Amino acid sequence: MSANPLEQFVIKPIIPLEIGGYDISFTQSSLWMGIAVICATLLMTLTMRGKAVVPGRWQNVAEMMYEFIAGMVHENLGHEGRRYFPLVFTVFILVLMGNLLGMVPYSFTFTSHIVVTGTLALIVFGLATLVGFMRHGLHFLTLFVPAGVPLALAPLIAAIEVVSYLSRPISLAMRLFANMMAGHTMLKVFAGFSVTLGVVLGVLPLVVNIALVGLEIMIACIQAYVFSVLTCLYLKDAIELH
Amino acid sequence: MDAAAAKLIGAGIAVLPLLGVGIGLGMLFSSVISTMGRNPSVADSVKGAGLLYFALVEAIALFALVIALLILFVF
Repeated sequence: MSANPLEQFVIKPIIPLEIGGYDISFTQSSLWMGIAVICATLLMTLTMRGKAVVPGRWQNVAEMMYEFIAGMVHENLGHEGRRYFPLVFTVFILVLMGNLLGMVPYSFTFTSHIVVTGTLALIVFGLATLVGFMRHGLHFLTLFVPAGVPLALAPLIAAIEVVSYLSRPISLAMRLFANMMAGHTMLKVFAGFSVTLGVVLGVLPLVVNIALVGLEIMIACIQAYVFSVLTCLYLKDAIELH
Repeated sequence: MDAAAAKLIGAGIAVLPLLGVGIGLGMLFSSVISTMGRNPSVADSVKGAGLLYFALVEAIALFALVIALLILFVF
C-alpha cells in the first residue's frame, strides 16, 4: 500500500479567498514562495551586516553568489550587462531558494508547478523581446534572418527561427518544472518501494534514496544556474542581434 | 485492445527519446573528459559549459517523461 507519488504536488489552500469568481487563496505554494523570499533577504542582508574587508564564513557565501552571477553576466553581456544584473540575480536566487527549500522534508517545491516557472519564463522572455525592440526598433526582426542566407531559403529559415524563438519560454519553463517534478516523483517512488518491501529489504531503496537526495540537491543548484544562464543568453541575443 | 492497455503502451513509447538522450549525454561527457585530459588548463571553463549542456540535453528526457506522465495520469 503506497500513496500516489504525484499526490505531493496537490496545492492546498491555507486561507481560502475568492474575488470575482477567481480563486486567489493563500496556498501552501504561496507560503513557501514567501519563505523563499524571506530566506533570500535574510541571507543577503544579515551576512553582509558586518561589511568586513576580509569576509567571514557567512559573508563569503553572499559574496560568492554575487560574484558568480556578476561574472556570468559580464561574460555574456559585457560591460553594459550591469543594468540587467539585478534581474538575473533575483531570478537566480528565487529559483535556487525554491529548489533548495523543496528538498526540506514536508516542504513544498513551488518550482515544480509549470504556472510558477511559466510566469518566470514569460517575464524573462517578454523583457528580452522588449529590450530588443527598444534598442533596435524594427531592425530587431533581422534576428530571424541570419546574415548570408540565400534569398530563396530566407522565408523558410525565417519561419523556423520565429518558431524556435517563440518556443523559448516554453522550453525554459518546461525544463525547470520537469526537472523538479521528475526528481521529487522519483524520490517518492523509491520511498514507496521502501514501504512495500517491509522493514528488512526496505533498507535497500532507502540507501538509493539517500544518494538521490544528494543528486537532487546538485540538480537544484544546476537548474538555478541554467535558468539564469539562459536568461543572460536571451538578453544577449536581444542586445547584440547574433 | 482496451483503452487501459493502449495507455500503458503509449506511455512506454513516449519515453523512447531516452535512447537519443543517452547517446547524446555519452557523447557530451566523452568529449568533456577527453578535452580535460588533453588540456587540463581549460578544465574549469569546459566543466561549466559541460554542466550547462548536460542540463539542456537532459531536458529532452524530461519532456518525454512529462508526456508519459500526462498519458498515464491525465487522459
